[in-house]
Amino acid sequence: MNILLEAFAKSFELVFTLNEDLFEILLLSLKVSGISLLLSCLIGLPLGTFLAIKSFWGKDAFLVLFNTMMGLPPVVVGLIVYLLVSRSGPFGWLGILYTPTAMIIAQMILITPIIVSLTSQIIEEISQEYKSLFASLVVPSHKAIIAYLFDARYSILTVVLAGFGRAISEVGAVIIVGGNIDHLTRVMTTTIALETSKGNLSLALALGIILLSIALTTNFILIRLKIRAKRRMYV
Amino acid sequence: MYKSNKKNLMKLTPIEVIDLSVSLGKDLILDKVSCSIKNNSITVVIGPNGAGKSIFLQTINGLTNIDNGKITFNKIYNNDEIRNKQAMVFQTPTLLRRNVKSNMDFVSNVKNKNGKLIIKNILKRVGLEGYDNKPARLLSGGEKQRLSLARALLIEPSVLLLDEPTANLDPFSLKLIEEIILEESKKGATIILTTHDMAQAKRLASDIIFFNKGKILEQTDANVFFRNPLTKEAKKYINGEILL
Repeated sequence: MNILLEAFAKSFELVFTLNEDLFEILLLSLKVSGISLLLSCLIGLPLGTFLAIKSFWGKDAFLVLFNTMMGLPPVVVGLIVYLLVSRSGPFGWLGILYTPTAMIIAQMILITPIIVSLTSQIIEEISQEYKSLFASLVVPSHKAIIAYLFDARYSILTVVLAGFGRAISEVGAVIIVGGNIDHLTRVMTTTIALETSKGNLSLALALGIILLSIALTTNFILIRLKIRAKRRMYV
Repeated sequence: MYKSNKKNLMKLTPIEVIDLSVSLGKDLILDKVSCSIKNNSITVVIGPNGAGKSIFLQTINGLTNIDNGKITFNKIYNNDEIRNKQAMVFQTPTLLRRNVKSNMDFVSNVKNKNGKLIIKNILKRVGLEGYDNKPARLLSGGEKQRLSLARALLIEPSVLLLDEPTANLDPFSLKLIEEIILEESKKGATIILTTHDMAQAKRLASDIIFFNKGKILEQTDANVFFRNPLTKEAKKYINGEILL
């Protein structure tokens, strides 16, 4: 109980004294997760939409692959990215091992399948719903796709936030490819892991509380949006 | 020979249906049906459930694949230009997950129709004035069907296809929709609608097509049909007897 109270006190102290190290870690966490989420969305939303509305040979195999990849173990992804970007690896010449770039790549690999799979399910559902209407109105495909994405915006936002949740809370992959280097690749999750191993439980818990607050805020916004959308029957 | 003549594209009638067969999976839904829809007519398609009425309408609208036979519009095969001059109102309206105004704006954008005023007037005409910001899927059944009709009217169709447009609607919506159908007919549109409401068919129809088991058993003038139907199936149907 004392540890918990101490942790809460510590987290408030860290936040309200505007602790420089904490904000550096927090900003880097948000930056890495934000960029990986953005890039994953740029790939995942069009790819998921394509898989939902196009029929082609091997489509089911792609869907199974992306569904399976939703459960990729982060440490395995971290290891693969490590092998690819380490000095002796095929992309070693890029020199990105132990940099935020490698962490972004690892997180992208983890969250892109989530974006692809869930987007595909959402767009498939809405495209079936609108199928006859759009065929009757002779809606050009590009306008149909825009309509699907726009009308499914609340559900897609849920997917995006789920991706963000996976990214911000991920530790296994980023610790392998980032190396948890102070002032360079140290993010919240890796700091928690480090401080716990050092026995500095109050600091680890304080960071955990901040991380949890981010997750809670994200989910609160998400639930409010979903309630609003449901009330209007937009989902 | 069937030709592509741009001059004729605005006039889509007569619609000639010749030996049309349509299957859904292994089921033959339309079995070599032939009929002719006259210009500016209100053709009411009637028949028992599962007779093929809705699929007939959808096939005219180009929504189903044809196994055999053909449909021509003023001697031209169906194409996107022709389909852009048709509008279909489905029995169960599909409304976009947006508000009423955005549903109208979407059709306006797809069909390159300009004018907020036109949308405003059409919404007023269907009794949805002031509903602009209401989420479309929160409308009542009658309101949804009227919005669906409003979208169709925005297209200014030459051929208006209505699949049981007043099924389960309150008298206000029913009367309003029937008035609009008659007004559109007066403006020159050719209207094809399906219904189970014999009173409605008598009120609206200039011609009747009677379907049973995927075949057209009768196509005739509405007055003649209701006074003296030719087939025993049609007689039974009009009298409310079960067709086996």
